[in-house]
Amino acid sequence: MDPGFLLLQLLNGLQFAMLLFLLAVGLSVVLGMMNFINLAHGTLYMVGAFVGFAAAERAGSFWAALAAGPAAAAALGAVFYGALLRHMQRAGAMKQVLVTFGLIFVGIDAVRLIWGDYAKTLLAPSALAGSVHILGQVYPAYRLFIIALGLALALVLYLGLERTRLGAVVRAGVDDRVMAASLGLDVERAFFAVFCLGCALAGLAGVAASPVLEIYPGMDMAILIPTLIVVVVGGPGRLAGAFFGALLIGMAETFGAVFIPDFSSFMIYAVMSLVLLLRPQGLLPARHSP
Amino acid sequence: MSAELLRLEQVHATYGDGDVLQAVSLAAASGRVLSLLGRNGAGKTTVLKTIMGILAPRAGRIRFAGDDIAGAPPHRIARAGLGYVPDTRGVFPSLSVLENLTVAARPGAMAGGSDWSLERVFALFPRLYERRHGSGGRLSGGEQQMLAIARALLTNPLLLLLDEPTEGLAPIVIDDVERVLRQLKSTGLAILLVEQNLAFALAFADEVAVLGKGQVRWSGTPAEFARAEDVKRRWLGL
Repeated sequence: MDPGFLLLQLLNGLQFAMLLFLLAVGLSVVLGMMNFINLAHGTLYMVGAFVGFAAAERAGSFWAALAAGPAAAAALGAVFYGALLRHMQRAGAMKQVLVTFGLIFVGIDAVRLIWGDYAKTLLAPSALAGSVHILGQVYPAYRLFIIALGLALALVLYLGLERTRLGAVVRAGVDDRVMAASLGLDVERAFFAVFCLGCALAGLAGVAASPVLEIYPGMDMAILIPTLIVVVVGGPGRLAGAFFGALLIGMAETFGAVFIPDFSSFMIYAVMSLVLLLRPQGLLPARHSP
Repeated sequence: MSAELLRLEQVHATYGDGDVLQAVSLAAASGRVLSLLGRNGAGKTTVLKTIMGILAPRAGRIRFAGDDIAGAPPHRIARAGLGYVPDTRGVFPSLSVLENLTVAARPGAMAGGSDWSLERVFALFPRLYERRHGSGGRLSGGEQQMLAIARALLTNPLLLLLDEPTEGLAPIVIDDVERVLRQLKSTGLAILLVEQNLAFALAFADEVAVLGKGQVRWSGTPAEFARAEDVKRRWLGL
């Protein structure tokens, strides 16, 4: 096996993993904290991509997309939350799944209505349009940018969770929501902040993915299942779970497609089944007090 | 006579299926220790959960420090000046001991409340200071109890709700909890204590209330309780 080829696949896997991480982290923490499942999380990813595309067209710059996409996703998330999700927290998993699943189709049709049916492309910024040489291999600079972006945000989120007051409130809420509230902590408000941040990260993932993947109505469906698998494999409620879950699934998807193409569509499910057989709570589940 | 702090009037609450509390009326005064006694399943824990807003009362009024708190969310009730130490202790395992203490700390004494700082809490619980950088999940049962009490104190409550603080602890640790509660009482902190351990509950009580089948069946002073043989027999099985 050619080591250079392996390196390229490793980078591809890492790049896909970082996109999955940005998508999964908000979903995972919200699920761990409030036992709330938002299937329309992918919609924020799609909206981020489309709004980013529109902003880049108008401003003539990719960087405008990188600012506008996450902002639009966070704003839409806040509206989602206020209008619908806030009232559904005690509604039970089945109703949450049905309502947020319905939102997926509303989202796809709304995007289709505004931007039409055709796929769009967002070009990578000129500064990142070229390629770089790594260990004798040629690799697109933009893909390295996605990797760096994911790693940097993972670090920032880690520090935010471990070193800030909001982070401590979030961890306390994931551990024991009722106890946290009984000490006077406004878990609801922390949840809202985390939810909006998670939506912004999904929107960011949508923009970041745009120069690599296509922008089209329904792109959210393509990414939703791998994202949910990352959440389940990592164990809901933990940043590290989302990160390592994303690495595992990103690599499984990439290397599966290269080495056993006949089984590639099956690969991430096989990995998920294996992980859940060995560790039913996921790789790194939130610890709950007894 | 000290000022009234908490009053439950005809409070009903449901937990799972069936009425657990039926018309519970109870009062606690500032600077006093009220011990709430009763058999397993009498509804003692439910009383505390209902006061904290974890369970919404189905009917009745709960007044605390002049405000009607029935139906308010737990974080507002806590901020009104109630410190809660549940029987499960509720230590956050993902947080260090220090973070467990600081995450909910509300500095500054409220009118009539105490003024607890980290230094004061560590002076009361030297063991927590030694373990401050360790994970909350790695503490022994006794240490968890200490942490839960210390954490509630740092919210500077007017009234401390303690649910079975001696449950599952070794006798030597129970002595330690007793020492701490004596000190707390001497600072003038009002305490509502739920206990199965009768000797422990009576050691501090200024008032005693006996709960049976979801209602307050008797209340009085510890001295009166000592003579109330039929109450002990009927509602506590002694």
